[in-house]
Amino acid sequence: MAGATRPQDRLQDRPIAPHLSVWRWHITMATSILHRATGTALYGGAILFALWLIAIAAGTETYAPVGALLASPVGQIALYLLVAAFAFHLANGIRHFIFDSGAGLKPADADATAWFAILFAVAAPIGLWVLVTFGGLHR
Amino acid sequence: MSAPQRSMRTPLGRVRANGASGQGTGQFIGQRVSAIALLVLGLWFLVSVILQMHGPGFVDSIDFLSSPVNAVGVILLLVAAFYHMRIGMKEIIEDYIHKHATKTVLLLLNTLVLVALGAGAIFAVLIVNFGA
Repeated sequence: MAGATRPQDRLQDRPIAPHLSVWRWHITMATSILHRATGTALYGGAILFALWLIAIAAGTETYAPVGALLASPVGQIALYLLVAAFAFHLANGIRHFIFDSGAGLKPADADATAWFAILFAVAAPIGLWVLVTFGGLHR
Repeated sequence: MSAPQRSMRTPLGRVRANGASGQGTGQFIGQRVSAIALLVLGLWFLVSVILQMHGPGFVDSIDFLSSPVNAVGVILLLVAAFYHMRIGMKEIIEDYIHKHATKTVLLLLNTLVLVALGAGAIFAVLIVNFGA
């Protein structure tokens, strides 16, 4: 698509991606968009992860506000959402590996696995939160 | 990488719109190899943090990074994640940003910021383990 606006490309009417306004909403479309959205969120999360490591190395005083932010409701909610984004990107990534093998591409199969990825992304962080909060992992 | 005699495009067509760079396959494979690494490393990090850290405090963080297994795991996670992120974000930028100057700047930032932050974060893990 990079050169689509250049005049030499308009010589022929090449096939273009479907436009959202004339495209029926579909669950596989949601997973495709969510894969990029969660990927972008995890990009931000990984940058914060790197900054967290640098803050630890910088010492107690520098780390204090970072630790406070992570322990605050905002920090906890952000971490929860990052876990959810990771869960979706992971499940949908495995789905893409199945697609790469040539399997699961029939509409019914693709729909079913799409729902599975979304449900997993909702259920996994809740399950993990319950486990951490009530599971007695920290004695 | 490309085999011109087996291409479906004519030489004229290939030249007229510059054609493909011929590097797509390498990135396609790299994205999947790093995905497999992240599948393991990401889950490992999540489980390790939950089991070993009691909170986001300074002492807990230092203790976590001081374990050799955790230090190596975190460095591997950084490398795999940043490599994977760079390819993914490059694809997004190339898909949605059509203005040449903006696209070039964003692609440059995507590479340079990740390399700089990655080097900084790896060095941070080393400092925690070997002292400043």
